[in-house]
Amino acid sequence: MSNPSNLRYTASHEWVKTEADGTISIGITQHAQELLGDMVFVENPAVGRKLKAREECAVVESVKAAADVYAPVSGEVVAVNNELDSAPEKINADPYGAWMFRMKPDNAADVAALMDAAAYQVVVDSEAH
Amino acid sequence: MTLKQTPLNAAHRAMGAKMVDFGGWDMPVNYGSQIDEHHQVRNDCGMFDVCHMRVVDAKGNGVRAFLRYLLANNADKLALPGKALYSAMLRPDGGVIDDLIIYFMSEQWFRIVVNAGTADKDIAWMKQQAAQFAGQNLPPPQSPLIKGGAADTPPLARGGREGFAPQLTITSRDDLAMVAVQGPNARARVWQVLPQTRAATEGLQNFQAADCGEYFIARTGYTGEDGFEVMLPKEKVEEFWYALNKAGVPPIGLGARDTLRLEAGMNLYGQDMDESVGPLESGLAWTVDLKSERDFIGKAALLANPPSKKLVGLVLLDRGVLRGHQKVHSAYGEGEITSGSFSPTLEKSIALARVPKEVQTGDQVQVAIRDKMLAAKVVKYPFARNGKSSLET
Repeated sequence: MSNPSNLRYTASHEWVKTEADGTISIGITQHAQELLGDMVFVENPAVGRKLKAREECAVVESVKAAADVYAPVSGEVVAVNNELDSAPEKINADPYGAWMFRMKPDNAADVAALMDAAAYQVVVDSEAH
Repeated sequence: MTLKQTPLNAAHRAMGAKMVDFGGWDMPVNYGSQIDEHHQVRNDCGMFDVCHMRVVDAKGNGVRAFLRYLLANNADKLALPGKALYSAMLRPDGGVIDDLIIYFMSEQWFRIVVNAGTADKDIAWMKQQAAQFAGQNLPPPQSPLIKGGAADTPPLARGGREGFAPQLTITSRDDLAMVAVQGPNARARVWQVLPQTRAATEGLQNFQAADCGEYFIARTGYTGEDGFEVMLPKEKVEEFWYALNKAGVPPIGLGARDTLRLEAGMNLYGQDMDESVGPLESGLAWTVDLKSERDFIGKAALLANPPSKKLVGLVLLDRGVLRGHQKVHSAYGEGEITSGSFSPTLEKSIALARVPKEVQTGDQVQVAIRDKMLAAKVVKYPFARNGKSSLET
């Protein structure tokens, strides 16, 4: 699966999608879900929480391991995807459809400054041995 | 460092395995979904590459007497040829060197299967003990301990010539490979592939083995399901693996092996016990024979130091996943999770934890997970075996 070109990415394997209303949806990438394997637990940040860029704010756990999810930019949490509480495996089945939480970024420019799909692919390739 | 490879390495890659460094071995963690593989074994069957584990043959006169002294469980429980026994091998201070299975084939031959990561250490220890045992065990007619009655003789000398074991050999069988086929339909599939072994293995009870020439077949495993562990020449293992696959047995990775054994309440060496803890604090009291007169390495230490902790099962009541090394808070003090994961059969998180011995089944404890304290219930394990949950509630 290739990484969609309409999304932005972080080196810590989050994807970021800018919605029509200017908020951003955040999830974990295909590469991240593949590394972690079968997902069994998702813990999202509280709505209303103010986050700094690169702050630990959520956790995904597979059968194998737990991984932190980081805020891609500074901003406020405006929504979380509660569907993942009972169906965390959606992250495995559709990583770019299964958003975890939404933020209102402090600066839209911070989002534009994140990596595009091609730059992120370089990060993924550099991790493979 | 180059990772060690089993003879099935190429087969794993051809079957789409995700490979990981497992204690220095390049091993398959899964071939897709670990949870699907787990259910596959509980509901049908699957095959595991366990070539990294080591087969050791102990042969010669006095081998039983030697094992009686070497191991915490009593080799004398093995009366019928083919019978197997699970045991811990202890240090003199009671710490666990390894856990292993011994198969009694004849008075001249016991087969031992040990863990991969501990194999070299185990074999060195066995050889050292065998040499000392042979030396110590020369008949001691002048010993002041001997006043005529058998009860006064040192335990090692009991049995006279049988205990004298200068001919004992400990051989690492690096020429052998091992595949575990586990699940309710596992035996039938093995017979489909190796029909010539059926007559010799059909009557095997649980924890029994048969030597079928090139194939050594044991009704043992590490999943809580029925099945066989098959030892065979290394050169034949790839062909056997593909033949099983063709007969409908999918490969299962180490990921599912770990959740299967955890649900079955089986210890993992290096996690649930190691050289720093004793068997009585590791849920292995049932494998330690302290009642007989028999002496064994570590016995005196176990008798001198009654355990203050014990191993219990935990089921997480809150949402989250229990993991090794998380701290457990009980009314009687702190403990620690030794193995924790998500149980695909129970669809809950489960764990083994070492806690103060006063903690009882049914108690509620708190587990520190990141910045939270989550509630867990103390349960009697196994959590699941033979396809279903074995918890009462």
